Amino acid sequence: MKAGSMKIFSGSKRGRVRSESGGTGGNGRDDPRNFRWRANFVLALLVCGAFGLAYRAVQLQLKDHKFLARQGDARFSRVAEITATRGTITDRYGEPLAVSTPVDSVWVNPKELALASDQLPRLAKALKRDKTELARRVTSNLDREFLYLARHMQPVEAQKIRALEIPGVYLMREYRRYYPTGEVAGHILGFTSIDDEGQEGLELAFDHWLAGEDGAKRVIQDRYGKIVQNVEEIRAMRPGRNLVLSVDLRIQYLAYRELKAAIRDQRAKSGSVIVLDVATGEVLAMVNQPAYNPNDRDQIKAKTYRNRAVTDIVEPGSSIKPFVVAAGLASGRFDDHSVIDTNPGYIKVGAKLLEDRQNLGAVNLATILAKSSNVGMTKVALALEPAQMYGTLTALGFGQVTTSGYPGESAGLLPHYSHWRPVGISSMSRGYGLSVTPLQLAHAYATVASMGVSRPISFLRVENPPEGNRAMDAGVSRMLVHLLESVVAPEGGGKLAAIPGYSVAGKTGTAWKATAGGYATDRYLAVFGGIAPASSPRLAAVVVIDEPGAGKYYGGEVAAPVFSGVVGGALRLLAVPPDAPVNDDPTPVRQVATR
Amino acid sequence: MFEPIEVGSRSRRTFSAAGRILGALKLDGPLLVGIGLIMLFGLVVLYSASGQNWSMVFKAGVRAALGGVAMCALAQVKPAFLRRLALPLWVMGVILLIVVDVTGHIGKGAQRWLDLGFMRFQPSEIMKLAVPMCAAWWLHERPLPPDWKALFVVALIILVPSCLTIIQPDLGTGTLILIGGTLVVIMAGLQFRVMFGLAAAGVVSAWFAWQYVLYDYQKQRVFTLLDPESDKLGAGYHIIQSQIAIGSGGVFGKGLLNGSQGQLEFLPERTTDFIYAMVGEELGLLGATILLLLYCFVVGRALYLAVETQDTFARLLAGSISLTFFVYVFINAGMVSGLLPVVGVPLPLVSYGGTSMVTLLASFGILMSLYSHRKLVAS
Repeated sequence: MKAGSMKIFSGSKRGRVRSESGGTGGNGRDDPRNFRWRANFVLALLVCGAFGLAYRAVQLQLKDHKFLARQGDARFSRVAEITATRGTITDRYGEPLAVSTPVDSVWVNPKELALASDQLPRLAKALKRDKTELARRVTSNLDREFLYLARHMQPVEAQKIRALEIPGVYLMREYRRYYPTGEVAGHILGFTSIDDEGQEGLELAFDHWLAGEDGAKRVIQDRYGKIVQNVEEIRAMRPGRNLVLSVDLRIQYLAYRELKAAIRDQRAKSGSVIVLDVATGEVLAMVNQPAYNPNDRDQIKAKTYRNRAVTDIVEPGSSIKPFVVAAGLASGRFDDHSVIDTNPGYIKVGAKLLEDRQNLGAVNLATILAKSSNVGMTKVALALEPAQMYGTLTALGFGQVTTSGYPGESAGLLPHYSHWRPVGISSMSRGYGLSVTPLQLAHAYATVASMGVSRPISFLRVENPPEGNRAMDAGVSRMLVHLLESVVAPEGGGKLAAIPGYSVAGKTGTAWKATAGGYATDRYLAVFGGIAPASSPRLAAVVVIDEPGAGKYYGGEVAAPVFSGVVGGALRLLAVPPDAPVNDDPTPVRQVATR
Repeated sequence: MFEPIEVGSRSRRTFSAAGRILGALKLDGPLLVGIGLIMLFGLVVLYSASGQNWSMVFKAGVRAALGGVAMCALAQVKPAFLRRLALPLWVMGVILLIVVDVTGHIGKGAQRWLDLGFMRFQPSEIMKLAVPMCAAWWLHERPLPPDWKALFVVALIILVPSCLTIIQPDLGTGTLILIGGTLVVIMAGLQFRVMFGLAAAGVVSAWFAWQYVLYDYQKQRVFTLLDPESDKLGAGYHIIQSQIAIGSGGVFGKGLLNGSQGQLEFLPERTTDFIYAMVGEELGLLGATILLLLYCFVVGRALYLAVETQDTFARLLAGSISLTFFVYVFINAGMVSGLLPVVGVPLPLVSYGGTSMVTLLASFGILMSLYSHRKLVAS
């Protein structure tokens, strides 16, 4: 049609124009008509153009309307996550131990940002980053649509980035975990990953409880990713629930300080302190050295963040002796008046010769425990049915994980009695050939302290103390506690564990450390496990000091003073009435705070 | 409602009075109404496109008024004077273009502006008027259809300024100047074979331009038109976004101030070159059609005026002015709706931007002058 009109146009024009050629000024009479022809032709082109535009408009707005409308929606309508806040962890009185604070992370869509590459220097300056390095990161990730540029910025700082209005640069609200107590409760709490997921400790154990559920909402976003309007909530955000721990932060601080001082003074490799509430099974304090600060990711190394009190197993040495005695008492063969002849101060079991530090002669069980007689313990253990001893130790929780639920907890090692031989039984009675965690040991002392009732270990505050299971006869327990008081008596091996004003029952332990080629005779594990007040036990605690290197290494010298400091302070903090008033003791009451 | 007879007679009286005033001012009523409606339409859309920025709307209004003054002033000028003015204006324009090119070359970048201290203007905008004027002036005293010698000169008149503009680089304006001048030649009565030859020459020169003249970004625009998806976030972004904006508007549009693509800034250049997409999104097919009809009315009326003029100079110039106006519309709307490559051509009388508005209204002033002075010329 176009060609046709052109032909008509040019044909007719040629004739007419010829007739007027030669005239100047173009005033010929047929000129207007001639011009009109041409105008008509151009008009036809013009109409074609107009129709082209109209056709295109119809095509876009009628035919492709639905598709293009969807495309348009996809540009501004986004589903945005509503980040759930992680629950707060507090101590038993509500003191915050782990809180989440809002932070903003800067992310970019490299494809979009690449378009505004002239803005990169501004962005780099605002992020205080090298601009060539930043450009390289963006260009090397052009196939991606999401790239973190900065994690966990202070919201005030992040707003400055947003204010730059650079296309393809977005902010994301996140929450950073903050641990106000730092090192003090680091081992119990564990920590979260940068993505706010529990990684270790109670953060991991109770991740589902703490985490909450992210919500989602439909939002309208402008080109710069700024949310202009919230349209609807697609999924409600469920904030994480709070967690109230059994920990008493005051006792935790105290334990932390005492242990840290002891580790420093004794130049020890590591150590742990656990304080349990006898009546409820709650963990009131649990500290380890070396410690780490969960706020500082650089410090998070397996060596430091490991909660040794729960995950590490040790051979308990003499601190196991009370429970072997318990088996003896439970068997009915022994009671608190039984006399055991330890003459001549040594005994041969199989090919192995066992010695006491001095010949004690014929002594009662109290003295055997107080002097930690190996001969006496061997005689008691060998007099028992292996099943009897195994049953008692199992009932006290050895060889099984506690019900604390702490991640990575070790079960320790208690061989089945069918494999026991006299040498092994003798070893076990002295705390070798079986392994326990410090927590298991503490639990066993707590069970004895609660008159033979074993209550599950809890890291959470317990509102109604559980009934628990009876692990041993109440009479046996009472007898055992009484026997253990003699250990802390002025002539006992654990006299440094004594607490002025309170009666204390406990047992020291000094174990050689097992090494590849047998037992190292120059590396020790010093332990003290105890109960206070002995007349009406409230607290059970265990102190473990690994490889003290400052000369002293007996549990009674290294671990017992820590017990005294921690448990003594705890009893006063808990306002436990003293059961052994000091009347005319010339030595002043040892002040906890002086350390 | 109202009484039709009474109002009708009254309105007839009003119209005739207005007609007399317009006649005295050498203005054309229907054309004035058409232009006014388009500008009003433009201000309304600008209000929305600018994010309800009253100061921008006010500035646009001031420019429209300024252009109106220029239009009225030029309408008073006699065509003979315009004819005499054609060559000096062209020469001055070429000199300014060279100045701009040289300073731009020194400044290492696109240089389209000339800073006069109190205002900045684009010499290429003058050329939009000067080239058709000069071409019409050259051809009107030659025998028509023009012989080869005349054609050669007119080719120089057209090609020198358009090439100077293209190398600025400003492909859009350069093309418009070329088209404005070529329209004069076509209307002057070019034979079919000459047109064919020129078309062939055009193809050859286009190839030449592609090889040696066009910048990479200009070539990219052509590639992008052919396949916008190939460069979704790059040069294709403009085309894709504007088509989405227009298409999502549907028949009735999303309503003024409610266009999501425009208001949320997904649509680039929404107050200037891509304002047609704002119309499509917010006012829909209906609004776009109304705007196009208004343009058609203006072009139609302008062509009518051109046909009614009585000498060759007037007719060629008037015809070129009216057709160039339409070409502007076609290039802009075609580019925004994805028919043509992206070139920086504003939507006449609607896009925000100063020089273009003033030049356009000035050209309409010339058109009115050519028409309203016809009897004087004829006698």
